[in-house]
Amino acid sequence: MSDTVLPPAAVESRERPRRWGEGLSLRWRQHAGILGALALFFVLYLFYQVSHPRGLTGQILIQNANEVFALALVSMAQTVPVLMAGLDLSVGAVMTLVGCIASHLIDGSPGEIALGIAACITAGAACGFANGCVVVYGRIQPIIATLATSAIYMGIALILRPTPGGRVHEDLSWAVTSDLREFAATFDLFDDGEASWLQPFAWIPVPLILLALIILLIWVPFIRSVTGRTVYAIGSSESAAYMSGLPINRAKLAAFTLAGLFAGLGGLFLALQTSSGNADIPQAGAYTLNSIAAVVIGGTSLLGGTGSAVGSMIGAMVLRTISFNFRIFDVAPLLQPLFEGLVLLAAVSLGGLKLLRLKNKLEVFR
Amino acid sequence: MLEPAPFFALENISKHYGGVHALRDVDFECSRGSIHAVLGENGAGKSTLMKIMAGVVQPDEGRMVLEGAPVTFPNPSAANRAGIVCIFQELSLMPELTVADNITLSSPPRRFGFIDSRAQRRCSEELLARIGCEDINPLSRVSDLPLSRRQMVEIAKALGRDPKLLILDEATSALTSADVDRVYRMLFELKARDLSILYISHRMHEIEALADRCSVFRNGRHIETFAKGARSRDEIIGLMIGREIEGQFPAKPRRPRPASLITIRDLSWESRLNGIGLEAGRGEIVGLGGLDGQGQKELLLALFGVLRGVRGTVTLEGEPTAASSPKAAKSGRARMALVPEDRKSEGLILSMSIADNIAMASLDRLSHGMFMDPGRTRLAVERAIEQLRIKIGDAADPVSTLSGGNQQKVVLAKWLATNPDVILLNDPTRGIDVGTKQEIYRLMRALTEEGACILFYSTDYEELIGCCDRVAVMYDGRIVRELEGDAITERNIIASALNIAEQPETAHV
Amino acid sequence: MSRTADMTITPRGLRLRPDDKPVVFAAGFVLLILLVGTGYTLYTQGSAPLLQPQYLVQQLQVGSFLGIVAAGLMVVILLGHIDLSVPWTLTAAAMMATAVGGPWAIPAGIAIGLLVGIVNGLGVAYLRVPSMIFTLGMNAVMRGLMVAHTGGFAPQTAATDLMQYLAVSRIGGVIPVALLVWLMVSVAVVMILTCTTLGRSIYAIGNRERAAYLSGIDTNRVILIAFALSGAAAGLAGVLLAGYSTKAYQGMGDAYLLPAIAAVVIGGTNILGGRGRYLGTLVGVILIVLLNSVLSIMQIPEAGRQIIYGCVIISMLLVYGRGARVNG
Repeated sequence: MSDTVLPPAAVESRERPRRWGEGLSLRWRQHAGILGALALFFVLYLFYQVSHPRGLTGQILIQNANEVFALALVSMAQTVPVLMAGLDLSVGAVMTLVGCIASHLIDGSPGEIALGIAACITAGAACGFANGCVVVYGRIQPIIATLATSAIYMGIALILRPTPGGRVHEDLSWAVTSDLREFAATFDLFDDGEASWLQPFAWIPVPLILLALIILLIWVPFIRSVTGRTVYAIGSSESAAYMSGLPINRAKLAAFTLAGLFAGLGGLFLALQTSSGNADIPQAGAYTLNSIAAVVIGGTSLLGGTGSAVGSMIGAMVLRTISFNFRIFDVAPLLQPLFEGLVLLAAVSLGGLKLLRLKNKLEVFR
Repeated sequence: MLEPAPFFALENISKHYGGVHALRDVDFECSRGSIHAVLGENGAGKSTLMKIMAGVVQPDEGRMVLEGAPVTFPNPSAANRAGIVCIFQELSLMPELTVADNITLSSPPRRFGFIDSRAQRRCSEELLARIGCEDINPLSRVSDLPLSRRQMVEIAKALGRDPKLLILDEATSALTSADVDRVYRMLFELKARDLSILYISHRMHEIEALADRCSVFRNGRHIETFAKGARSRDEIIGLMIGREIEGQFPAKPRRPRPASLITIRDLSWESRLNGIGLEAGRGEIVGLGGLDGQGQKELLLALFGVLRGVRGTVTLEGEPTAASSPKAAKSGRARMALVPEDRKSEGLILSMSIADNIAMASLDRLSHGMFMDPGRTRLAVERAIEQLRIKIGDAADPVSTLSGGNQQKVVLAKWLATNPDVILLNDPTRGIDVGTKQEIYRLMRALTEEGACILFYSTDYEELIGCCDRVAVMYDGRIVRELEGDAITERNIIASALNIAEQPETAHV
Repeated sequence: MSRTADMTITPRGLRLRPDDKPVVFAAGFVLLILLVGTGYTLYTQGSAPLLQPQYLVQQLQVGSFLGIVAAGLMVVILLGHIDLSVPWTLTAAAMMATAVGGPWAIPAGIAIGLLVGIVNGLGVAYLRVPSMIFTLGMNAVMRGLMVAHTGGFAPQTAATDLMQYLAVSRIGGVIPVALLVWLMVSVAVVMILTCTTLGRSIYAIGNRERAAYLSGIDTNRVILIAFALSGAAAGLAGVLLAGYSTKAYQGMGDAYLLPAIAAVVIGGTNILGGRGRYLGTLVGVILIVLLNSVLSIMQIPEAGRQIIYGCVIISMLLVYGRGARVNG
């Protein structure tokens, strides 16, 4: 008995031809979370539109899009650390801080506005980068590090805006919270938005276009870079990522910076939408907590490694659509928090049902 | 014997963790175009040596010379860039990423700076094909693959980095025999292409089949390096443990088959178990053989109450039982114990103390109502440490400070403290040094002498042959054959494992 | 078989055990806060109120509410979970206690907390919903229930005499009863964590639930009990707080969640579970309470407090809460 070299008889049966269908169904299964959230959103939104007394109008669509935008971005921000099996409890605070900065800076000449926008974006990214530094170089758990930095960011926001107020450029505010036609009209583009080629798209709300742009120009390139891939790898198994020689520190810094950037964009929009800045601590907390809910509804695992910011955006849309529905069904405002809580619990508990299908109880633990 | 020039050499390397010397003043070199086996008990310093070479840890003293030039590796990627690639015993794959992502992880094919997923898939397919794993879809998630397939992905990943020195640390321990065969062929091919290969294994027959040169380590020292065939198997084992060993396995008692303690009838679960029938009595060690992944692990888990939706009957001491959880299984009329597959994630809580781990399964025996009895707990822990000869500094140290063999002893101690009747062992000697293996064999025999019944799954046929009173060989979730007494031979086990039709000379079973 | 020889025993000199370090450092920081605060008052007012026993006792009395919340929360955090439902569990308990009134007020309040905790435990243990999300949902549900119950206004009912006695009175005019309640809760938690099979199981699950399950520990039950304990502690804190302010009011629990988490973590408990001593949590609570009071003595505005608060948490953790470097 010197060797275990065996005739490969038992092996052949295992080999099967590779089919395209197999790949497709694999992808389908791997994105089941997002698809589920998308289906849920469509059902809820359709229900909302059908039961809306005024039916589907552009105005309602714009209003909905405006209400979704900030939460969608904060949820996308939350996604990035969650993919690394961390949490960022400062996303709401970063959003608030950048909102307060915006309420000071987004006004005046086009040049000043552009500079102001750049400053806001930089501030958001810088907050995220600071989080990343504390996590990477301080080696403090993300959840607790960002809990602490969120207090700091809120403090700065309170210094900037002790009371709600400030103002932003009105045209810009109007332009980004309307549809495409108004946007073009405000800035004298495309024959004031009357260009014939524009008409098929003229009804699309600007916030939705901005969301699409952010995903296409920031998120997609990110996940297709080595840094983005490393973020997923860290969430899946950090020690394995280290063993594989991946740039872990760089990826962590990039992830938190990106989270700050997204949250900052959310804050910028919120300031434009409300034309003011407001260092509201409960509101920041609510955004942070809702962002976690949106991330989970969007199919991203809190344990890291799987999910996508696109899913979280859809998750945010689901959350907002739930409250739209409350509005038109005239649920007593007092009961709304109760229903919101119940819907959230029901949605996440449904996931618990899949436990019943688990035949190996060890799969429960990871 | 022609000595090729060393490709990579370590000079006077020392490394210690706290007060423990993992390596002392080690000189070591390996050459191109050879497969160099590194042998030694767990805790002998092999793993540390590999980690230093791969840049995972840094030596306290000494220097490394690669192709004549001194080098240092502050991290694994530095070693990778120098062409040194390691396949570690603990898998280094990301379970949530796809196979293709994993294989090309550190340097994916890029287009315009972004990862080119099509090229990445093509590249993974090629690498997988090189090790004969065309059946693995590069788009599946690693977590959806069985352990043996993951190990092959790991190997493909290492190959993809174009190594000059490939280090395999127990890389075949999770593989099926057919895959082991492919890995061998791959290694010979790499050797022919002038790569340097370091091979760590506890399986003597693998080393005999593969290696050109062997180096033995003991207690952090490099004891001896010799060419293949220069030493006999017994001599090698003697070098590893520093003393001669007599018979590896304790003698099997010859006696009639005892009355059945556990009777399994028609046990089925999903498509993995298809009507298992098995009996075992007190004083018996019943082996579970067969290729990896034929339902052996599932059988043990089903008996231990971990699986849901198990059909069939299990009778313990004449009474039908159906354990619904490990808690029920360990506290039934006949107590069961399971030494699980992965001691690091399932058997032990690495960060907790040795004492806490030993007491973990018998908390209810060591307490009055809900309060622990510290005196009784300490006594039980001391007794267990003594009974199993666990080498420890202090029982309050974390169990992670122990070597692999001693860790496995802690797992055994944990379950022996519950005084079990039926002991389920899932490959308990995997990745464990020879000395500890022998202790475990002796312990198993001693336990059966005291009236326990052991179901023993092992991937090592030698163990099954040496230890078991009977061997049930499994194939595709069924027991295809039960071997007994002299019929337990490697030939019979392999023939049944492959489910090859009965051959005349083994028909007497 | 005599292969004992060279197993080296790590020398244990006077070096702090890793578990002691947070306690020592946090305690040192408490002293630092007192020193800085006293320096400030000596400079501005020429007196040192911070060092007067009755002032410290007063602070501890106020701190007992936070301390009780943190005690319960720590049990859950040791499991590697978290209980975000604390704010409205606390508020609901307070509101129900005042609404029920009479001798059943306190049991009713604690029972509400226990009930919320049990539902949390069921969701987290049996449905395996991440605790972060499930307790968040429960917080919203409790908030919804209370808002619906009170119509969004502060309830008109008042705390019973017994509640006020527990929260406000002092035995012999010196020792606050609330402090004793905190002490009793602390003793109970220490007993649970160190002397019971439940405590062992909690640490085991926090470290590696899979191994704990395979060791025959009923992990679901342990998780359920831990959440129930946390809920009950929040309920008790709510009852006391209602007694302290003589009534229950909307949002009375909002100020307790984050400080409680901070206190537990500053005390050296690993936020990912499995590690931590109750003594640390105790010191952590005292640190937070004193920090708050010193900041208010120094009349630091809310903005500055937030910033200092964040910096303190980070700097404390930089000293001893750093994770291991990732490697093999």
